[in-house]
Order: sequence, then structure tokens, then C-alpha cells
Amino acid sequence: MKLNSLDPRVNRMELPDENPYTDQVLHTMEHWETYEVFHQKKRGTQHVHCGIVHAPNADMALLFAKEQFARRGETSNLWVVKTEHVMAVDYGDADIFETTPEKVYRDASGYKVMDRINEFKKKQNA
Amino acid sequence: MYGGGYIHQDPNQKPKSHLAEGEDPIRLAEFEARIAAGDKIEPRDWMPAEYRRQLIRMIEQHAHSEVIGSLPEGTWITRAPGFRRKMALMAKVQDEIGHAQLLYSAAETLGKPREQMINDLINGKSKYSNVFNYPAKTWADVAVIGFLIDAAAIVNQVANSKGSYGPYCRALERICYEESFHLKQGHDIFVFLATGTEVQKEMVQQALNRWWKPIMHFFGPSDKSSVHTETLMRWKVKMASNDDMRQQFLNMYVPKIREVGITIPDAELKKNPLTNEWEFGDPDWAEFYEVIKGNGPCNSERIAVRKWAEDHGRWVREALLKPSHRYTVPLA
Repeated sequence: MKLNSLDPRVNRMELPDENPYTDQVLHTMEHWETYEVFHQKKRGTQHVHCGIVHAPNADMALLFAKEQFARRGETSNLWVVKTEHVMAVDYGDADIFETTPEKVYRDASGYKVMDRINEFKKKQNA
Repeated sequence: MYGGGYIHQDPNQKPKSHLAEGEDPIRLAEFEARIAAGDKIEPRDWMPAEYRRQLIRMIEQHAHSEVIGSLPEGTWITRAPGFRRKMALMAKVQDEIGHAQLLYSAAETLGKPREQMINDLINGKSKYSNVFNYPAKTWADVAVIGFLIDAAAIVNQVANSKGSYGPYCRALERICYEESFHLKQGHDIFVFLATGTEVQKEMVQQALNRWWKPIMHFFGPSDKSSVHTETLMRWKVKMASNDDMRQQFLNMYVPKIREVGITIPDAELKKNPLTNEWEFGDPDWAEFYEVIKGNGPCNSERIAVRKWAEDHGRWVREALLKPSHRYTVPLA
């Protein structure tokens, strides 16, 4: 018995009408490696990480990235890089980002030079 | 589309304790504090094995629903009435497959390779949204799916996008953005038919009659009293109870169905003015469980078609595979 579907395309596949469940269909690595994708919306903006694609090589990774992340326009450029080539800090090592809690000396607002200038001017005029 | 609130749990498998053997209660406390503070969990963070297991199951099931869900609608691409409808439906179906890829990626970051997830779809171990085991008999079914199933899915997905697992939230944000187009185009077809000729109106009424029970099944049976749900909600894996999501859906969409003169095929459906909650007739939960078991009208076809696609694409994938390829778990 052939599977009888409402969809003529399915009927053309001539699928058997029996229990379709099978143990294993895909082998390990059949979907290749993963590439991390970086998307630039407009010229002049940063490329931003937006996800991954599975691909057998960089050219196809770019092609899949275009279909997956650029199908609605609003794209000026894409980068892909193999996941295995990205080095990352372990979240467990987040303490490396801890430093002195007070950082105003690195900030423009930490410098009140006008106060001193005004005081100096006042003295000059006195 | 398409993830429903209902996450299939094998009835033979008891929910595991929150802490597996050998897991550190201090780390669990830190983990729970992070979630309570509204912080996200990222792929390489420590997490309880049960959190990982539940998330993989949920995200994977959501991904499968996107793939399988595109089949009943895909049927109608070749027969869509007119060029504009055809373009829109093709775009929607492509989006759904794109959503599946985003979701598979999110699940992969938790350590389950994509090949294994697809194998588990084809061997029946993992489930997908039950609604897609029903056929799309007419063009009006496409209207009902695009409008109401997508609307129901958005209720669930918007809730889940505020969950605790970073990669899943990021995928859902993108998905919800695209879903808003799906919902609009579904609503457009629905209203067009409902306000059209008598034949068109009858066609959309018949389609709603066929789909109403599956739509009520979409969020799953009541789970308010489940202990299992409580932990998942504390971990922000599940963000709202099945009942709350169903109520929210009814609040938003019952008026939108009725305003164009379509009747909802449930005589008992009414809003109780005292509790402010929708009451509805039994949507036949026995049928729901029967379809999950594999005995719905299209279960076999859906899996057989998926398997056919994998079998027939194999030679291309293998031709492109190099022995030097090594799998690395995606970063985010």
C-alpha cells in the first residue's frame, strides 16, 4: 500500500504506508561543522554576531548565512568564521574582569578642571 | 510559528530531582540566584543536569514543530490563489525552516548535535506540536493555521523569550519579529475569505470547525497543579502555565474571529463574568493523547516525508563532507 496524501507532491514520492519510524537516519557529522555568523546592518556600523550555520566550507557558510540572516534586506555585509577558530573566555573566569570598583579616573566626568580655573580667576580678580 | 506550550513528557519517565547525584548545592543556589535576579544563563555556565535536559527537550521539540509545521502549509504553495499569496506563503514557509535552524542551534549549545535531534524526530523519540498531525484540506485551512496557530504560538513564544537561557531567548526574539508578519498575512487571508462570497465564508467556517479542537489542544492540558511545572517556572524554563496562555489567547482572538461573522464551534465557550475566565467545552483530550501516540491523521505522513528528505539529500551532504571536519559545539 502506498501512502495516500492530500498533497500531490507527497503522492509522487510513492512512500510506503507503514510505520515510518526508523532508528537512525543521519550519521555523525552529516551536517558538517558550524560557522559563527556576523551581520552588518548598514555601512559604518559594527558587524554583530547573530548565530550559526552548518556548512561544509566557508563559501557555503556565506550562502547559508545569506538565506538565514539576510533574507529581509537590511544587510550590507556578512562574515563567517569556523566555530572552532573562536577563542573565548570561560564564564567561570568572569573574575578576571573584576578590578578596582572606582574607575572615575578613566572617565571624562572624573575631571572637574573648571572648578579650579574658576577659583583661580576669582583670586586673580580679587 | 509553532511551538506550543505543551512539552511532551514520557509518562514512564518520572521527573528527576532538581539536583542530580554529585551536583553541588552551593552551585545550584548561585545558579538559582542568578535566574531570580533576571540574569541569563549562557551555554558554558554551570547548570543542573535537569535544567539542561528539560531545555534540550523543549527547544528541540519547538524546532521539530517548525520543520513539521511547514509541511501542511507547504502543500498549498503550488495551489495558492494568485501570485501575491504564493509569494507570501513561500516567504512564510522559508521563515519557518529558518526558525527551526535557529532553534536547533540553540539546543546544540546545550550539547546535543543536530543530527541526533533529527534522528530522534524520525525515530519518534522526540515530539512536535500535535496540531501538525492534522491535514490542511483547503486553502482556508492555510488561513486558519497562519492566523490562529501562529497567534497561539506567539503567545507562547513571547512568554518564553523572557526565559533564562540566553541562546533560546535570542532565537525567540528574532522569531517573534518574523512571526508578526505570519500572523498578519494569516489574518489577511482569514478576513478576506470571511467577508467574501458565501462559498468563501463557508470554506473558512468549515476550516475553523476542523481546527478548533487542535487549537484548544495547542497549549496542552491543564498543568497548574503540577509540581514539575513549579520547578520549571522557578528556573524560567517555562514562563506561563498552559491555562494562562490559553486564556490569553482566547482573550485576544475570540473577538477577532467573531467580528467577521465566523462562529466558534463550541456552544459552551463563554467568558465567566465572575472569574473573568473563559469556560469551554471538553476539546476531547482523549483524542489529543491518541494523536501524540502516533495515531493522528497525518503522523505517518509527516515522518515519512521528513525521512524521505533526509534520505534523498544524503548524497549531496556526503559529497561535501571532508574527513578533516570536526564538530565543535556552537558558542552562543
